[in-house]
Amino acid sequence: MSETQLNGAEIILKALADQGVEVVFGYPGGAVLPIYDALFKQNRIRHVLVRHEQGAVHMAEGYARSTGKVGVVLVTSGPGATNAVTGLTDALMDSIPIVCLTGQVPTHLIGNDAFQEADTTGITRQCTKHNYLVKEPDRLARTIHEAFVVAGTGRPGPVVIDLPKDILMGKAPYVPAARVKHRSYKPQLKGDIKQIEQAVELMGKAERPIFYIGGGVVNSGPDAAKLLTSFVRSTGFPITSTLMGLGAYPASDQQFLGMLGMHGTYEANLAMHGCDLMICIGARFDDRVTGRLDAFAPNSKKIHVDIDPSSINKNVPVDIGIVGDVAHVIEDMIRVWKAKQVRPAQKALAAWWGQIDQWKGRNSLAYKATDTIIKPQYAIQRLYEATKDRDTYITTEVGQHQMWAAQFYKFEEPNRWMTSGGLGTMGYGFPSALGVQVAHPESLVIDIAGEASFMMNLQEMGTATQYNLPVKVFILNNQYMGMVRQWQELLHGSRYSESYCEALPDFVKLADSFGWMGLTVDKPANLDDAIRAMIESDKPVLLDVHVDPSENCYPMIPSGAAHNEMLMNSEDTAGTQVSDQGMMLV
Amino acid sequence: MSVLMAQQDIRTHTIAVLVDNEAGVLARVIGLFSGRGYNIESLTVAEVDAAEHLSRITLVTSGTPMVIEQIKAQLGRLVPVRKVSDLTVEGPSVSRELALIKVVGGGEKRIESLRIADIFRANVVDSSHDSFVFEIVGKTEKLDAFIKLMEPLGLAEISRTGVAAIARGNTAL
Ligand SMILES: Cc1cc2nc3c(=O)[nH]c(=O)nc-3n(C[C@H](O)[C@H](O)[C@H](O)COP(=O)(O)OP(=O)(O)OC[C@H]3O[C@@H](n4cnc5c(N)ncnc54)[C@H](O)[C@@H]3O)c2cc1C
Ligand SMILES: Cc1ncc(C[n+]2csc(CCOP(=O)(O)OP(=O)(O)O)c2C)c(N)n1
Ligand SMILES: [Mg+2]
Repeated sequence: MSETQLNGAEIILKALADQGVEVVFGYPGGAVLPIYDALFKQNRIRHVLVRHEQGAVHMAEGYARSTGKVGVVLVTSGPGATNAVTGLTDALMDSIPIVCLTGQVPTHLIGNDAFQEADTTGITRQCTKHNYLVKEPDRLARTIHEAFVVAGTGRPGPVVIDLPKDILMGKAPYVPAARVKHRSYKPQLKGDIKQIEQAVELMGKAERPIFYIGGGVVNSGPDAAKLLTSFVRSTGFPITSTLMGLGAYPASDQQFLGMLGMHGTYEANLAMHGCDLMICIGARFDDRVTGRLDAFAPNSKKIHVDIDPSSINKNVPVDIGIVGDVAHVIEDMIRVWKAKQVRPAQKALAAWWGQIDQWKGRNSLAYKATDTIIKPQYAIQRLYEATKDRDTYITTEVGQHQMWAAQFYKFEEPNRWMTSGGLGTMGYGFPSALGVQVAHPESLVIDIAGEASFMMNLQEMGTATQYNLPVKVFILNNQYMGMVRQWQELLHGSRYSESYCEALPDFVKLADSFGWMGLTVDKPANLDDAIRAMIESDKPVLLDVHVDPSENCYPMIPSGAAHNEMLMNSEDTAGTQVSDQGMMLV
Repeated sequence: MSVLMAQQDIRTHTIAVLVDNEAGVLARVIGLFSGRGYNIESLTVAEVDAAEHLSRITLVTSGTPMVIEQIKAQLGRLVPVRKVSDLTVEGPSVSRELALIKVVGGGEKRIESLRIADIFRANVVDSSHDSFVFEIVGKTEKLDAFIKLMEPLGLAEISRTGVAAIARGNTAL
């Protein structure tokens, strides 16, 4: 008996539905018209029409990061695929699970410079976790199922499936997901128990320990964050988080020292510098975190838990490198910790906390508020106060506002904070917020934006209007590419070359033209009312907050410096000489 | 990294990689090396199991111990990679390379090249009145030495296969 044959486009939709996909972010074109036709004929999977393919990938990223599911993108061949490249690279750097379907010219034309042909698998090979070119209709269903496994498991990442048009129209039987097994891809979830025991032993002896956690905890899922929180509490150790890990441990908790790294708190960075045991969980020793490597936590033993063996010993050699999934490894750690009845070195720990409290006393995030001009930090504090008791998701663009958001907005749970960390993609935050809103239609979703970044993907305002996605864009408008200006001040004698934002639009009118609500505010006294109006509107809102254009983001570890060489304020900065080596760093 | 690297010694390693023989797999491996700035001193690839669609890539690369570990971990995370084995550290192994070497000229030099070829157990696989093509098999260093000796004797062209290597004893990848 022959199995029922479907055409390629139907197979794709069936496979997506089998994978539990509810929504696809996409943009049509000649090479994917058969898929759009199949979409038209069904109503199981929603399609969100974006305005630019980069926006589609960032939306899928926001959707994925806020739900833990795989985000799905559909774009056409050639320019559709190349427009998606920035988003794919972003997802690769931040370990976000994405499946991106790209159209392709029919197989017999591949390599002929056909109309809208691009070597998509060639172009995206280095910016995806994996990619496929499907050359037989028979392979289609299998490839899609496999792509979801690769994207969503292990260290998550983007996967591209390139689909020649003849494959979309060819016929083949459908293969359900359960029948697909991969031959070589098997991420390791359980950690080595011997190493876990050694790690726990070190924790029992540590006098100045610190947990350094990252995005891997979020990747591992909400259980990982719960397990981690309970374990950290039972140790009584201080804990800091990377930009990507914010929310994996509740920010309001006593043991939390705030973010570490280039714009991290004084106490987090000095505790990293002075620790005798570092327990790194799901973080990757990024250069923004370590500062100068030869001065990084010089007198410490290091434990590193990571699902990707290539993250271990990449930048920083560690004493115990445990390959495994955060939730699995911590579960074992808790078990061993209890079984061995570990009692941390209480006296030493008390002294360590004494030292940390002293560092906290520096109040490193302090800024000078005024009642004449809105300080950006103040704006985020007020936004936090106004939204903390609501069901809120925050995304950001890239720049100073992003760092202030990380410093001043307190996240109590994972998956509430979406930001572009690894690639630092301006224009990420707004489409990402739309993706979050699609996943959580009743929630409050806010993009904390810089005016320059918002300009990079503002075309998606139309998408928000079309699908009634009431996102809020909270622009900290300093009329500068503030982060660039800050570096020019520090490194290039305050020569503000091309970092001033000329010819900005009237954001209120812009909002108006898309059917949004537009608001502007420039007095501290009016800020709370503006924020309230923004939150209470059931429309998308653009709130243009005019902030102090000269404010800089502190503390700051300048490039090439160590954790204990932080700049605390502009007076510190004035006398700073960055080394030649530091000048070369990004 | 540079500071750490300078303090450690750089060594040459031969790495065997078993991969699913699918489109683009070689490009992935090469792209990994160029994208991350690793050296490739030699690379060979061929299908070794047609039924299972498996190919074996043999790579010779060099780096500090930390970099070599990175290379292996990075190779291991490529989706079509089945196994990665560092033949340099995982026990004794044999490695061989084959070269075809063309030497052009006559007279004394021609005779001398033939004499040296004999010492190196190189075979003559083609000859004309004023040229030889030698085939030589052996370790990379042996080939290097032979080529060096041919230089003054009319060396005209070299084609080398790159290194193939395998562990000694009864273990299999
Ligand atoms: C302007 C700007 C300034 C920045 N300043 C800072 C700063 O001051 N401080 C800061 O921290 N960052 C900063 N960043 C972000 C920085 O560039 C990096 O993106 C970030 O530090 C990386 O976070 P992470 O180490 O948590 O790694 P991620 O990129 O989140 O990687 C996660 C790690 O966890 C592993 N992993 C994934 N899933 C699992 C699992 N299930 N189990 C175990 N492990 C898993 C992965 O293999 C990976 O190694 C800044 C970025 C920008 C754009
Ligand atoms: C696509 C892209 N181009 C350039 C940069 C470099 N860059 C980093 S921050 C920044 C300025 C951001 O300005 P704005 O969005 O206004 O934020 P602010 O720093 O002023 O808060 C630039 C240009 C980048 N990160 N991304
Ligand atoms: Mg700005």
